[in-house]
Amino acid sequence: MSDQLPRFAAVERVVHGTLGVLMIACLLTAAVLYNGSLALAVGHRHAVELVHVWSGFALPVPLLLGAASSAYRTDVRRLNRFTPADWQWLRSKDRRSGRIRVGKFNAGQKLNAALSAGAILLLLGTGTLMFFTGLVRLAWRSGATFVHDWVALALGLLVIGHLVFALRDGEALRGMWSGRVSARWARREHAAWVDEVRPPPAG
Amino acid sequence: MSEPQERSELDGTPVGRRVVLGLLGLGVVGVVTGSAVQDALSRLVAHDPTGLSQLVPLGSAFRYYSVTGSVESRDASSYSLSVSGLVARPATYTLADLQQLPQVSITRDFHCVTGWYVDDVPWTGVRLSHLLDLAAPTSDAVAIRFRSFDGVYTENMTLEQARADDVLVALTMYGEPVTHQHGGPVRIYAAPMYGYKSTKWLSGIELTDRDIPGYWEDRGYPLDGIIGE
Repeated sequence: MSDQLPRFAAVERVVHGTLGVLMIACLLTAAVLYNGSLALAVGHRHAVELVHVWSGFALPVPLLLGAASSAYRTDVRRLNRFTPADWQWLRSKDRRSGRIRVGKFNAGQKLNAALSAGAILLLLGTGTLMFFTGLVRLAWRSGATFVHDWVALALGLLVIGHLVFALRDGEALRGMWSGRVSARWARREHAAWVDEVRPPPAG
Repeated sequence: MSEPQERSELDGTPVGRRVVLGLLGLGVVGVVTGSAVQDALSRLVAHDPTGLSQLVPLGSAFRYYSVTGSVESRDASSYSLSVSGLVARPATYTLADLQQLPQVSITRDFHCVTGWYVDDVPWTGVRLSHLLDLAAPTSDAVAIRFRSFDGVYTENMTLEQARADDVLVALTMYGEPVTHQHGGPVRIYAAPMYGYKSTKWLSGIELTDRDIPGYWEDRGYPLDGIIGE
């Protein structure tokens, strides 16, 4: 029995990587558009705006194209679904001990996915209202700006949190980079998933 | 040996979908009521002594737009404003010349076309119509092309729009000289119009025989830019 388990298909890794690059482009240009000192230091507002707007409109494209892959669709379903063990994991204080047997994704990853997806949709919608200024009346455009600002701030913090957790766990990073993880790591972090993809020998 | 009863991850409850739909619902409420909520927030943080509220999008705050790289600063010794084109009396004004002309004060909300706004900004300056009277436009002149010493920005306005009482060649903002960040030492403040019509770092006022689209107008913004339209 090999001590490696396949974790992410090539399609999933490409979707994740493309989304990551577009997300970072959006967040960096957002910082320039929003922060006065950065805005004046960088200038070139129209160019920065073009990068921001088109990276933003492109953001959902890899997410939608990925749906052609059944591995991707299955993982989206896993991220969407919460089991009793997920709720237990969220409430427990020793959630990292491995006592609670979580599936392929822990509840934190699932929440991150749901909040990111919701935030991306909100930013797309409100960004569209801000970019095509003829769509709605001024008061709603002001409301769209209000929502866009707050959601962008929250998503920026979420992405930073996501990166911090990823960088603290080399094996998790390797899983997203190469697609494979060690069975030892998987048993500790995602025991229920290991049992599912590699059933224990019947007693 | 039997496994403990464990539901597969694939058959859990669709919490992710509920979170996404909930966020979308909140977003719709936010778009419709955000303008009022922002007003309330900005009243709340109006006298924040810590300055921490500058770091988050609380309430109303200016956002600084520049379309070029860094813009050189100009002061009283290096600043000049030319009035040229289809006029009987072309002129060049220093900052001191402008300060000696009759000054007018107005306080209005500042609106960006993308939706952000700042309440009750006080401006003082020379009415643009006064400079136009001094220059005496010829009968061919129908519009104005503003230029900026950033070297790139241009704006347009019809002569009729430019003659409105609340269009200023602004010298002060909040009672202080207009700062470099805000387009000083001299900028346009056109109260009836969105912010992009109020040229920062103003260097030239040229009378033209047609309304030539300016920088943002060339990039799709409305030619007139009247607030609310």
